[in-house]
Amino acid sequence: MDRLPRWADVALVPFVSLTLAALISALVIIAIGQDPWEAIKVMVQGSVMNAYGWGYTLYYATSFMFTGLAVTVAFHAGLFNIGGEGQAQLGGLGVALVCLFLPWPHWTLALLGASLGAALFGAAWAAIPAYLQAKRGSHIVITTIMFNYIAASLMIFMLVDVLRPPGKMDPATANFPPETHLPSFNEIPGLNLVFTSGVPANVTFFIALAMAVVVWLLLWRTRLGYQIRAFGKSEPAARYAGINPTRIIMITMLISGGLAGLMAINNVMGEAERLLGNSASGAGFIGIAVALMGRNHPVGVVLAALLFGFLFQGGAELGLWTKIPIELRTVVQGLVILFTGALDMMVRMLLTRIFALFRTRKLEAA
Amino acid sequence: MDYATLLQLLDSTLRLATPLLLACLAGLYSERSGVFDIGLEGKMLVAAMCAGAVAFYTGSAWVGALAGIAGSLVFALIHGVTSITFRGNQLIAGVALNFLASGMTVLVAQYLFGQGGRTPPLEGAARFNPIDLPLSETLKGVPVIGPFYHEVISGHSILVYAAFAIVALTWWVLYRTRYGLRLRAVGENPAAVDTAGVSVPALRFSAVMVTGVLCGLAGAYMATALQAGFGKEMTAGRGYIALAALIFAKWRPIQAMWACLLFGFFQALATRPDIVEGIVQVKIPVSFIEALPYVLTVFVLAGFVGKAIPPRAGGEPYVKER
Repeated sequence: MDRLPRWADVALVPFVSLTLAALISALVIIAIGQDPWEAIKVMVQGSVMNAYGWGYTLYYATSFMFTGLAVTVAFHAGLFNIGGEGQAQLGGLGVALVCLFLPWPHWTLALLGASLGAALFGAAWAAIPAYLQAKRGSHIVITTIMFNYIAASLMIFMLVDVLRPPGKMDPATANFPPETHLPSFNEIPGLNLVFTSGVPANVTFFIALAMAVVVWLLLWRTRLGYQIRAFGKSEPAARYAGINPTRIIMITMLISGGLAGLMAINNVMGEAERLLGNSASGAGFIGIAVALMGRNHPVGVVLAALLFGFLFQGGAELGLWTKIPIELRTVVQGLVILFTGALDMMVRMLLTRIFALFRTRKLEAA
Repeated sequence: MDYATLLQLLDSTLRLATPLLLACLAGLYSERSGVFDIGLEGKMLVAAMCAGAVAFYTGSAWVGALAGIAGSLVFALIHGVTSITFRGNQLIAGVALNFLASGMTVLVAQYLFGQGGRTPPLEGAARFNPIDLPLSETLKGVPVIGPFYHEVISGHSILVYAAFAIVALTWWVLYRTRYGLRLRAVGENPAAVDTAGVSVPALRFSAVMVTGVLCGLAGAYMATALQAGFGKEMTAGRGYIALAALIFAKWRPIQAMWACLLFGFFQALATRPDIVEGIVQVKIPVSFIEALPYVLTVFVLAGFVGKAIPPRAGGEPYVKER
């Protein structure tokens, strides 16, 4: 099979996949008797045409950057970490424990402590599936799925029976103390000129961007990153080169789980300011779509996370202002995963044929 | 716990185990042929919605079940085309289908009925109603066995009995027919099957389609027998429990039945925390009982309770030419 030019591989393949997903979404909207053009106008209007919309779009994007990077790191080692959802929920538990039970003088220190707590809890939740994959050969996809459900049960138990303040009915922790409040965009000097009303996007956004840089440095500029990528490309070759598979699987999954857990500083500490049930609300799974669409590169992940942030905020607006249910975004999410992840080969075959067609034409002309 | 309570518990075990069993057997065909399917959940959900909607319009549970099977087959076909024809990642395809199902079912149900993604409640012939087995009333007086027959064995819908019949059928197909031999072979060593002149894609497609039919029955059971109509996300992770049961059973039909009965028993227990508390004398949170199937599966996967080894070629698209 002919190879695609590099620019086509990097930009055209995801673009075509995305277009296909968008086309089918439009057909779905037509099928339920609504106007896709109207839908896209509502989505754009509500998510990127004003600062308030951006405040939500960037808030969602922040969460998706963390979970997208988590899936990306694991993918490079050939591991499919489907457990971002559970790891993010456990990260939320870490944040809650740190914020509720340790005294913090200032939000900067609290942020540091909460980040550590979130990453540690997320990593710990990934550690068992990682160990089972490395030492006992259990398939990481299945174990991480099981751990998502175990996490959900554990969180219900923690919120209902352990952390719920006495006398309260809803399964949630007490509110975090005011010292742990993270500045939102409307409270940051400079940014508050743009974001005049209260928005959920907060300083965590910059941590997410920094993490994208860190992941890039890790994967392409360190010895460990090289080992992770080598292991992902070919396990026998990596083993032959003296790379210890157990070590790579463990370290990669700990990093991956830690990144997924870090998401909690955005939604639990930055937005809700207490731990609620189902705190990750699907962001762990969206990480899969984000990583696939971002072609497992931090830059791609950041862009894809922004797109999914737009989709999420826009989808919520659709639910508010049109007859299209909010679940449309789940459909789009499924389609994006289908086309960018599972049908990648089909898009490639298609494009390769088209490119070959042009090439023969050129040859004939010459 | 007295005998009557135990019988009640076993009765709901059977009812709750049935969708797990149908989905589990569905997964068995696909995975034995070398196509991993984590999209069981999505196929069940689509089937439940189609069955609920069509049963409402036609007033017939049977037509509803057919519609459920049809809906599930469409998803199975997408799974087949992606992972067999275009050699895409089977796991990612499954994940995608689950999301697609989760969103589409609500979209369509909302469009059709405008009740927040539910179908209207079904009644009468639009549901699969309980069947009283012969002699269940007359034998009721017989000590021990009589009440067991009356309470537990009798009084379920036709799909419950069908599910257990399919266990036997699957065993026979898998171990006593040529198709079954080929199916097991294609999941272990597709190249050998190819060399013998049997088409690997055709065989795998047939298995994936059987998966579609059985998931369709599982979904139809959810919407038209276990409950009266489709509700948003009504499968609630059962596809994954079925997957867990499949691993627990090490991809074998008879053992799959026992695994599903066990997991169904846990689900029944989770609805009656008072019974659990009465036995162990300590208050056990419901969430612990609900997590049991998953924890047990992790133990099995870890090889602490016998080793679960999946079909060797599972997850690998077959490439004929090298």
